[in-house]
Amino acid sequence: MIADVIAKLAHRSTYEFSRCKVYVDCLLPTYGDAYVAYLFDTPQQKREMLDEIGIDSVDALFEQIPEAMRLQRPLDLPPALTEPELERWMRQKAAAGDAGICFQGGGVYDHFIPAAVDEIASRGEFYTAYTPYQAEASQGSLQAFFEYQTLVCQLTGMDVSNASIYEGGTSLSEAALMAMRITKRHGKVVVLGSVHPEYRQVLRTYVSHLNCEVIVIPTPDGTADTGVVESALDDQTACLILQHPNFFGCLEQAEELCQLANNVGALSVVSFDPISCGILKRPGQIGADIAVAEGQALGTPMQFGGPFLGMIACRDKYMRQLPGRLIGQAEDRNGERCFVLAIQAREQHIRREKAKSNICTNQGLIALRATVYLSLLGKEGIREAAELCCRKANYAAAELAKVDGIDVIFDRPVFKEFVIRSQDGSEAIIQRAKAAGFDIGPSLETLAGVDGVLVAVTEQRTREEIDALVAALAN
Amino acid sequence: MRNTVATRLLFELSLPGRRGAEFPTSDVPDVGWDQLLPAEQLADSAPPLPELTEPDVIRHFVNLSTLNMSVDTHFYPLGSCTMKYNPKRHERLASLPGLVDVHPYRADQDNQGMLAILHEMQEMLAEIAGLPAVSLPPAAGAQGELTALLVASAYFKERGENRTKVIFPKSAHGTNPASAAIAGFDCIQLEDTNDGLVNLEELQQHLDESTAVFMITNPNTLGLFEPDIQRISDMLHEVGGLVYIDGANMNAILGITRPGDFGGDMMHYNVHKTFTGPHGAGGPGSGPIAVRDFLADYLPGPIVAKSEDEYSLLTPEKSIGRVRSFFGNVGILLRGYCYIRTLGADGLKAVSENAVLNANYLMSQISKLMGVPHGKHCMHEFVASAKQIKENQKISAMDIAKRLLDYGFHAPTVYFPLVVDEAMMIEPTETESKATLDAFVDAILAIINDEKPDALENAPITTPISRPNETQANRKPVLRESIEDAKS
Repeated sequence: MIADVIAKLAHRSTYEFSRCKVYVDCLLPTYGDAYVAYLFDTPQQKREMLDEIGIDSVDALFEQIPEAMRLQRPLDLPPALTEPELERWMRQKAAAGDAGICFQGGGVYDHFIPAAVDEIASRGEFYTAYTPYQAEASQGSLQAFFEYQTLVCQLTGMDVSNASIYEGGTSLSEAALMAMRITKRHGKVVVLGSVHPEYRQVLRTYVSHLNCEVIVIPTPDGTADTGVVESALDDQTACLILQHPNFFGCLEQAEELCQLANNVGALSVVSFDPISCGILKRPGQIGADIAVAEGQALGTPMQFGGPFLGMIACRDKYMRQLPGRLIGQAEDRNGERCFVLAIQAREQHIRREKAKSNICTNQGLIALRATVYLSLLGKEGIREAAELCCRKANYAAAELAKVDGIDVIFDRPVFKEFVIRSQDGSEAIIQRAKAAGFDIGPSLETLAGVDGVLVAVTEQRTREEIDALVAALAN
Repeated sequence: MRNTVATRLLFELSLPGRRGAEFPTSDVPDVGWDQLLPAEQLADSAPPLPELTEPDVIRHFVNLSTLNMSVDTHFYPLGSCTMKYNPKRHERLASLPGLVDVHPYRADQDNQGMLAILHEMQEMLAEIAGLPAVSLPPAAGAQGELTALLVASAYFKERGENRTKVIFPKSAHGTNPASAAIAGFDCIQLEDTNDGLVNLEELQQHLDESTAVFMITNPNTLGLFEPDIQRISDMLHEVGGLVYIDGANMNAILGITRPGDFGGDMMHYNVHKTFTGPHGAGGPGSGPIAVRDFLADYLPGPIVAKSEDEYSLLTPEKSIGRVRSFFGNVGILLRGYCYIRTLGADGLKAVSENAVLNANYLMSQISKLMGVPHGKHCMHEFVASAKQIKENQKISAMDIAKRLLDYGFHAPTVYFPLVVDEAMMIEPTETESKATLDAFVDAILAIINDEKPDALENAPITTPISRPNETQANRKPVLRESIEDAKS
């Protein structure tokens, strides 16, 4: 009997496909004058459906919308474009901007993306699937996200990771909220001034209604003074938030800072660079209670700011306070290993206003990209990527420091970016680099209140490019 | 056919010495690590990631992909999710190098093409909403809700008003109360759902000078257009409150009516639903918001501004601040842009007409098999109830949902909204044919007429796995692969 239905469906599908093909080939208008390649039903089918419903026209279905509220004119939108026209238009827009070879940093970087990442992420079975609520129909995504959680734990040395949230800034903010729930201290968080300024702005937005004091520790020397941090922490502090390597590219005294937080019963929230885990001590080794990151570097293009990957991982004991989806291993009816959405009782669709977070949609496809990226690089690949970034950035910093009129400010060890300052001002050196075909930045004046410009050097940059940039700025 | 070797877990596949990516050797002068970084900052060894070749990785993930149902392979009538076809041209065009290889701090003057697209997207979304001010950054619908509630909060604060209450009907998405709670409001749920619509008397009881926002999905999660929406809006405005429209169901009303025209003050879009995002197995989404002019100054930045022929980014004067870093989920916004530009005004209207026609046709057929408690006609989706079938035949909504998988259909949303017993929430979308809808009805008919309840308990039988033990997974959560087990 089930076979009958399937046979019937197969028969119909063939029929439907052939008719649809003819229909598309003839470029028949469908509804009004709109030619819509994505709609199936022919006028005749439409008629049959209306007859079944027992109405004369589609308009009757919209009678539940009071007349006075209906739009009495067509939407005022640009004219529709066919695929070739749209392609021409988009290519034209895509060509209307070029900034040269990318030495920009500040949280988003030009890292290499292996072709296999695009190949997997562009499979329709992954990217046109829905949230894996229905485990039997979603084992592919569920296992991939379970593996994402595994790889994040391996990369960070943390115990448990969720299946992603929006991006680095919301990860950091959710971690702060998490720390408040765990410590039951809702009045105060301490954040270093060397944390990404946009993440700090997001944090302010997320706690704006909470009567929560956000203490920012100034970092005039590029990194935090542990004595100043210690004096700002007290038994009312929910967490200390640091970034390591920090927004200026410098390494913090991260282990000591985490310890200082724990000394007063506060949690340590460490925002890390996932590539840096290839050589630096990992958040788990530093003593982070919650580790957060922007995961863009792991196989996702810069695409003007998103979609990116909010990573968040924590110690085992805080697992049930994590926001967002978690994938768990289970057994099915036949005892087979399988994967399901786990501990959903934290989430908004079950707990509503008592949920740990309001997040629903996460960054599934970007988490998949990171999973494939980390699988390809493996332990040696991630180490090499990190070493190349660090060597090249330090080489570039050393060469630029030799240029008259340019200083590399903050005399601190750096991982893959650093801050330069010019006697001529930031805008002048940005323009000088640009004239030679290089994009450095961002300028830190408005962003971070620092007279300087960030320069990031990933594994993508060659010595030739670095030398040419140095030469351009020396002119 | 199933390759159970390639789909073992990554560490079960890993072998020391393998690798799937390589980098050029360093071309800068070799400097000892002791001169680059302090020893106490360095890890003793590389992070213990799996070691695989590129073919290992490809075979693993390609095989995993075959364990999914997806819109590209199956009818996916998940209510409230708008699982429509995702046009392939979007993938190509949103991946043009001039659009993906753009650093978020690129100077505005070097990024005019991108900004022109995003500016036009703002304007198109404003027009479709009937609300003039648009902010593109929110990362998904839930963040759009939170953003708009914070905007409302800032607006009330500036007016010196202390408004603490956010009200929503019981049929609301879970994100509505969750967002309201995070934005610091008290949540009030309207309980009466007799006819599936808002009970105005009940609403009135909660309205006073402490009312901030009424959040409503319209059409609602039962697939019904709230006929009293204008009256509701007037009631809110009389006490100085605002109306928020959850735009999850915009697919029903494109070019037919607009949130701004039926009394909404703020709304979010789900670009990954209405404008074919795609869904990405759970994200990324994109949740831009549109608001009335008097709320525009509070929107989060950045916003794309146009003066003469020059585009630039700005943050509104009294902005609530940032809700995320950088611009937004631009890759998804570009796909939505391509979709709107492909369809134009007539095409978008045709989308809604066809979505509503498909839903009503399916409802007319399903209602021969089980109850559809609310509404004579529906909008883009409807909620059937398997209550009678469960009482008479011991077949639950979950049984039907699971068995449908064996027939090659993704299950509808079940047990939501909470106001219908044994709910099956069905949204066919406009990109399915009558033939597919008929086959879907035939499958449900076969399940409830011909199958024995005990056989259904074992369903599905053709999927890679069947009826996982979720209780066990929650009690003793295993959230990562055990590396020790993998090696043994």
